[in-house]
Amino acid sequence: MNTTRRVVIEPLTRVEGHGKVTIRLDEAGAVESARLHIVEFRGFERFIQGRPYWEIPVVVQRLCGICPVSHHLAAAKAMDGVVGADELTPTAEKVRRLMHYGQIFQSHALHFFHLASPDLLFGFDSEPAKRNVLGVAGAYPELARQGILMRKYGQEIIRATAGKKIHGTGAIPGGVNRSLSAADRAALAEELPRQKDWARDAVRIARDYTLEHADFAAEFAAFPSNHLALVRRGDGALDLYDGVLRAVDPAGERVLDDVEVSRYLDVLVEEVRPWSYMKFPFLRSLGPENGWYRVGPLARLAVCDHIDTPEAEEARREFATAMGGRPGTMSLAYHWARMVETLHAVEVIERLLDDPDIEGDDLVTKGERRSEVYGVIEAPRGTLFHHYVVGDDDTVVMANLIVSTTSNNEPMNRAVESVARRFLSGTEITEGLLNHVEVAIRAYDPCLSCATHALGRMPLVVEVHDAAGALVAEARRGA
Amino acid sequence: MTALRTAAGKRVLVLGWGNPGRRDDGLGPAFVERVRGLELPGVESESAYQLQVEHAGSVAEADVVVFVDADISAPAPFRARRLEPEGHPAFSTHALSPGSVLALAGELFDARPEAVLVGVRGYEFDGFGEGLSEGATANLAAAAAWFAGEIEASSRPAPPAAEPCAGRVPAHHG
Repeated sequence: MNTTRRVVIEPLTRVEGHGKVTIRLDEAGAVESARLHIVEFRGFERFIQGRPYWEIPVVVQRLCGICPVSHHLAAAKAMDGVVGADELTPTAEKVRRLMHYGQIFQSHALHFFHLASPDLLFGFDSEPAKRNVLGVAGAYPELARQGILMRKYGQEIIRATAGKKIHGTGAIPGGVNRSLSAADRAALAEELPRQKDWARDAVRIARDYTLEHADFAAEFAAFPSNHLALVRRGDGALDLYDGVLRAVDPAGERVLDDVEVSRYLDVLVEEVRPWSYMKFPFLRSLGPENGWYRVGPLARLAVCDHIDTPEAEEARREFATAMGGRPGTMSLAYHWARMVETLHAVEVIERLLDDPDIEGDDLVTKGERRSEVYGVIEAPRGTLFHHYVVGDDDTVVMANLIVSTTSNNEPMNRAVESVARRFLSGTEITEGLLNHVEVAIRAYDPCLSCATHALGRMPLVVEVHDAAGALVAEARRGA
Repeated sequence: MTALRTAAGKRVLVLGWGNPGRRDDGLGPAFVERVRGLELPGVESESAYQLQVEHAGSVAEADVVVFVDADISAPAPFRARRLEPEGHPAFSTHALSPGSVLALAGELFDARPEAVLVGVRGYEFDGFGEGLSEGATANLAAAAAWFAGEIEASSRPAPPAAEPCAGRVPAHHG
């Protein structure tokens, strides 16, 4: 008789999408494997097929409540190709960059101050009722307020450049439909020094935490991997808005050497596995076993040659030294990398606000039309691919999207398995196991939210099934 | 059915959330749009995909907050209930519950507005698509009418025997 048991951790809330952790034990009670199941909501590509291309940058924002700006800009970049806008006007390029770095800033701040900081400030084993945003608000109110105000600042940038905080319309095929007003520019510039101070402080908090817990971080959900991100064409600088695809292996050797984004299907494969709705992308040259890769802040700092803003570059160097001069292996190092990017974002915002082009009125350009188009951007959580074919009647006939959480699918599975091996004992789902699984997944800041969220859903359910599939234990967390 | 404890001169915030690209999940934003069209005095409104920490700031500036979301289990056409701060955010704080937003407003801004959660019954949540289902459209109309009635009642001079801050209890949802 097969005595393998399964331990299932299943967040059911539609806000997060459907995610589930299944831990399979062998006959000796040791962890045989662990899998993170995420239900990727299908049908979106079909939803946009048949729509005119100029609607797409607005419509795709419906895909995600967490990073609509990333989808807005990736789609707009793709549709630039339809109108033949190979090079945007300086104003259009800078307004889009301002929008994007505002999005990065507010998203990273939200994650660090309100999602990750409870784990870091209170410890992974602390009471779940305290280890949350309200706990931070109670014990560290100034930090919680900073997080809110940083988020608000980024959202003000989005409003000023996209027209609205949600469902913005600022980026259009070939450029933008507005530049920054003088009033918005002045208000954002006035507030910037305080935001920059807070970003500096956040880097220090994340750095100090990582260094003070270096031994733990080196073991907790740590494993070598390939890394993939965009880098700036020509000099390999960190560039979150545009560039070429670069990937490095665990030793830092290049696996993809600055490949044009239009060739992504030549270098990447999306594998389907029977037990998961979410695909598993891998680097074609390395195959499915070895070609999986990380994306997001840790990967971006692993692949770029430098950062072109001074304070973030100094922070990157310190980070690289702490990683031993090689690509990062620690899932927990995502937090430090994310704050280095936050500092970079506010430096870029400062530079753009200083640039007179940001108020310019040359907003749109066009050229020779193309039908197959690509828009790739570094979203807060990693590389985001949009690929479309637009027919002669101006409607979309094919769409393919790879979101960053899909690329991090395998790394998150590895992280969960690593944690399960260390913290699961017997079949009991302890608070410690739950906490550490949560922390490991959170490090990647997965965006599972391409879903509805109506009242009445359960946030977290934990189940234990025996070998016959019968439910033998159940735990719930949250309301 | 819970009444709005509002009165003339009080600042009322309607905060509706959801994804209009996921059918009836868009009931919250649709409610906000409907209320904006009514141009009710003293009523501000805001819509969002999901509730987040920054909404604590908006909530803190209001005397009365009406949270509006789609509800998959409420009796049709809608359910309104008094909302208290609650301190147990979910697995991830990519989104907060209305009770958590209320708690955060109290913790960070020392604000304790009256709060009501309106769950408008929806039916179609799966798949992508714009537009509400027929049933949700009717429920939205009923919920908006109830809200407008509450605001209208609160703007009338209170009868001598009435409590000054008590709103009207609608008979058909009692």
